Amino acid sequence: MISMRDAFGQALVELGKIRNDFVVLDADVAGGTGTLPFREAFPNRFIQCGIAEQNMVSMAAGFSTSGLIPIVTCYSVFASMRAIEQARNSVAYPKFNVKIIASHVGLDVGPDGPSHQAMEDLAIFRSIPNFRVVSPADPTELKKALPSILSSDGPVYMRTGRSPLPTIFDEDIGFRIGKAMIVRDGVDCTIIAVGVMVARALVAAGELEADGIKCRVVNMSTIKPIDMAVIKDSAEKTGAIVTAEDHNIIGGLGGAVAEVLGEICPVPMQRVGIKDRFAESGDPEALATKYGLDSRTIKAAVLRVIKRKKS
Amino acid sequence: MTLLDFNTGKMLKEKAAELRRHIIVMNCYAGSGHPGGALSAVEIITSLFHDEMNFTVANKNSPSRDRFVLSKGHACMALYGALAQCGFISTDEFKGLRQIGGKLQGHPDMQKTTGVEFNSGSLGHGLSFALGVALGAKFKREKFRVYTLLGDGELNEGQVWEAFMFGAHYQLDNLVAIIDHNKLQSDAECDKVTALSPLLDKLTAFGWNVIEIDGHDFSAISAALYTARRAKKRPTVIVANTIKGKGISFMENVPKWHGSLAPEGEEREIALKECGYEGGDL
Repeated sequence: MISMRDAFGQALVELGKIRNDFVVLDADVAGGTGTLPFREAFPNRFIQCGIAEQNMVSMAAGFSTSGLIPIVTCYSVFASMRAIEQARNSVAYPKFNVKIIASHVGLDVGPDGPSHQAMEDLAIFRSIPNFRVVSPADPTELKKALPSILSSDGPVYMRTGRSPLPTIFDEDIGFRIGKAMIVRDGVDCTIIAVGVMVARALVAAGELEADGIKCRVVNMSTIKPIDMAVIKDSAEKTGAIVTAEDHNIIGGLGGAVAEVLGEICPVPMQRVGIKDRFAESGDPEALATKYGLDSRTIKAAVLRVIKRKKS
Repeated sequence: MTLLDFNTGKMLKEKAAELRRHIIVMNCYAGSGHPGGALSAVEIITSLFHDEMNFTVANKNSPSRDRFVLSKGHACMALYGALAQCGFISTDEFKGLRQIGGKLQGHPDMQKTTGVEFNSGSLGHGLSFALGVALGAKFKREKFRVYTLLGDGELNEGQVWEAFMFGAHYQLDNLVAIIDHNKLQSDAECDKVTALSPLLDKLTAFGWNVIEIDGHDFSAISAALYTARRAKKRPTVIVANTIKGKGISFMENVPKWHGSLAPEGEEREIALKECGYEGGDL
């Protein structure tokens, strides 16, 4: 198992060897975001900005006018909140080609505690025009997503992650911004998951199958633009939806899916996520259990939503 | 010693007088806006657009053009007027300032207005943006220069001081920041709002090449920009002492003319007369 941030660092180095059209910006957290290997391999393409995220984001917008693509890296709390007004006004509004890639998201942050556990970032970034929002589910998908977002003009926010994650996908997995992936099919309910929750959703679906309940599992690795076609198809074919995200239950994946369901194909749904409260320090898996982000919670949500479907 | 020859000086004075007229006319059309900080910046912007910069309609998309970033975006009437003088936009656009469907937004928008390099208006962003442009130029080995104009009230923003550290650290000698030091911000005198003084000491301590001038004196502006070109391995910051509302008697040094507002009634007549407007009814 490797972490998403280490996968990110490796992917940067591999891409750096074949592309010279991007640079990496850091806010004195290269060890935390996984960019150290890139700094060692390409010191002249690594820009240390210091602990000054607001300047970093506006500076990146100016830098992008050179034609080189700045990849802004820092912890999500600072990318999505401290410097969010810079992301909105310096990057999104003029539509500059800046990529913001943040580690330290959700309870996956673990022992650093609530000050660093960003659980609002998906909701915040998806509410800003011109930003696209991506959160890969495993190291393999992340490595496929990175060149794709670099080749796609305009602002993108992407989540990585801090903890080691199981690999879900084979190397031949494809990635397209805005395209969700049906990872496992079923007829009784659909679990739409993002990031670390995809692996947990697959565990839940496996255990439910033993009880005779067949779940579709969708990896919604692009939160915006959201894949409405897959949501509609899943609602029509399975009649019930559970969303699962390592993020506040307000405004993130669950909110995005609910918006689509409510407008075009209402079916019963349940949201799994952090229940609008600050968590605490601890091991990420233990936090997932305590705060309702584990596979057991997803299973319970599936059973509940299927019950609602039948009534 | 003055570096400006007589004819250039005369031309700049004429352009500045015309730019003041443009500002007042635009302001009256719109019925709102920020005249005080636009008027204080007239000589600085005139000097940049009509003497200093290599930025024309012909090279507006060239990677090697000089860049102007209006960090104090609320002073956009001065920028729009200069862009009209240089042929980037038509003076016909003035009527649409701040109006629905118009090309001239309440704060600069590069997608809507030709010649605008950045969507400023949120204070503190422009200097950082300009640093990014300057650093990008170093990466691409481009020789162009980057100019950015800040307000003194804007220096309240913490981001500006992050940017000053960054600029000195990366030795961005291809960048000139000009502070329109009119001593007033929206509510009151800068030093009454929060202590800005001693400004020159602060900037010097941050490692920049600091030059203080009279921001309404073309010879001084020209000399400072000339000196800035010769500063190596340090970015330059020019502290331009100016008068807010300069040129319109009742606006000079009066905080309320920061905006957003436009002169009405008798004041409107006085403003139009003092800026030399002779075009009849607006």
